[in-house]
Amino acid sequence: MNIVVCLKQVPKKDSILRIAADGKWIDDRDLSYEMSEADAYALEEALRQKEKHGGEVIVICMGPERVRQSIKEALAKGADRAIHLYDEAFDHASDAAGIGRALAAALKDEKFDLVFTGLQSDDYGFAQVGLVIAERLGLSSATIAMEVQPEEGGVRVKRELESGWFQWVKIPLPALLTIQSGINQLRYATLKGIMAAKKKELREVKAADLGLTADDLKPAQVIERAYLPLKSKQTEMIEGKPAEAAAKLVEKLRFDARVL
Amino acid sequence: MDYLLTEEQEQLRRLVEEFVLGDVNPYYEKHGHEEFPWPLFRKLGELGLAAIPFPAEYGGGGLDYSTYIVALEELSRTGSRLGGALAVHGLPQLILNQFGTDEQKSKYLPPMARAELLGAFALTEPHAGSDAASINTRASRRGDKYILRGQKIWITHGGEADIYIVMAVTEKGKGAKGVSSFIVEKGAEGLAFGKRERPMGLPHHTREVFFEDCEIPRHNLIGREGEGFRVAMTALDSGRITVAATSLGLAQAAFDHALRYATERQAFGHPIADFQGIQFMLADMATSIEAARSVTRKAAYLRDRGLPFNAVASMAKLLATDTAMKVSTDAVQIYGGYGTSEDYPVQELFREAKIGQIVEGTNQIQRMIIARELLKKFKQ
Repeated sequence: MNIVVCLKQVPKKDSILRIAADGKWIDDRDLSYEMSEADAYALEEALRQKEKHGGEVIVICMGPERVRQSIKEALAKGADRAIHLYDEAFDHASDAAGIGRALAAALKDEKFDLVFTGLQSDDYGFAQVGLVIAERLGLSSATIAMEVQPEEGGVRVKRELESGWFQWVKIPLPALLTIQSGINQLRYATLKGIMAAKKKELREVKAADLGLTADDLKPAQVIERAYLPLKSKQTEMIEGKPAEAAAKLVEKLRFDARVL
Repeated sequence: MDYLLTEEQEQLRRLVEEFVLGDVNPYYEKHGHEEFPWPLFRKLGELGLAAIPFPAEYGGGGLDYSTYIVALEELSRTGSRLGGALAVHGLPQLILNQFGTDEQKSKYLPPMARAELLGAFALTEPHAGSDAASINTRASRRGDKYILRGQKIWITHGGEADIYIVMAVTEKGKGAKGVSSFIVEKGAEGLAFGKRERPMGLPHHTREVFFEDCEIPRHNLIGREGEGFRVAMTALDSGRITVAATSLGLAQAAFDHALRYATERQAFGHPIADFQGIQFMLADMATSIEAARSVTRKAAYLRDRGLPFNAVASMAKLLATDTAMKVSTDAVQIYGGYGTSEDYPVQELFREAKIGQIVEGTNQIQRMIIARELLKKFKQ
């Protein structure tokens, strides 16, 4: 069972975010980065499948030099080898279509049974990249995977639906699954793993190697303006008899504020 | 010497950071500091963190001190207790690795690296702390055994540890030259533990240790008779770098809290970070941490290259522990009244900081060591 895991590096969760001078995205100076949370669970699931069924875990990540840190972390946790899409041309691929196109091109010649992505990234949160890859490579796919059971001729996947419902689907291999956060317990790297990672293959791939130009990667979607949510305060007086007012309050808390 | 971490050091730092956030903090929140944190200690072994600078052939990480102190500092980023425990565990490992026989090393180092055995270092006595050459615990040869008699005090991990490196006098009247060092295993006949001491901020379990005609095999002697003082001092030279590293983690933790709080706490219609009085404190705190970190890294750098490092190690210990005390004091000050509340983290860091100025040679002893090095060349 060979599994590819697509990793994305995002600003750390506790980062103090400021809007960049051009007003289009966050100011990325002084930020620390980490593996996007759902991708960390995808990696963990791949490592667990490998431990059960054997095979190879290959991680693929696109981005500037700093993303090597997340790639190395994945190798230290037990991934076997890595592909780094490392080229200024890839900077143009800032939307799901461009990122998906680049990753799919890089995976075209890889031999795998499964591709895992996180359900969505912690920065843009498109939840699309996995499906774009599946579409471009002609893979079957399932989203929001909560449990993964490879079996004869395919894979059974428990998907999360709304309101506490789940669904089991069986799809043929090769397949792409987008993995939900929290489906397993993340492991730590170990010092041994960190040392071993130094000897593992980390292949750098340029856009030209994939036959892609900056034009091919141009985003179909452009961010016009980024801004911090405005904080506002509204006070509403609920009139009526105490019992009615209380009932109304509960309703508002449940359906408007959604805190109950 | 590079001021930036290597890729490997940064990975190790991140591993420790994740472990602290994922396991260490939740453990202490749930269990407090009353019991020795065995699950955390065992986990250090699983992660390969219980013997970072010791040889790979004995199960260690085989890495240098420059890397080891990165892990120690990070492990102390929410308090120095576990980092302190690891540093104390490191002293017997260091002694066995440097002075032990092959048999001693093979027997003890691998299980200590796996954190199956916890180590302790027993030098201090009720009447001999800084003046370590005046210890009274005696060790007398009888056939193929040594018989130990005496009392140690303030022994970190006392009663918990499985392996004690004990300094005892084998030849009276020779001062430092009459001291030898021994391995005493928990369970040895005549080894007994006194009441739990509760020093402010010191890691976990500190106890008196008694040797009541405690019999140990002759081959538990480390090195030769009379070498014990040198063994102890060699260990402490390196140990000082580790104390500096854990104190730095603590200082950084206190500073990070204070910096954030200063931007949140409002007074006179402004965050208090807008006031120059607070800004100067923050600037001084950050500056002293940077300075102490530089000296600590230099001490590790010198040690890694086999250069004399003991004076710089003393400078690092002196500067880092004084910095931790000052920075944590100022952090409490910036928090104001809340700083003294047990509901806020800085008071605990403040209480933990003090012991750093006392252990592994008081900061007065560090100054003596530094001055002795400075004046050495003028002596006839």
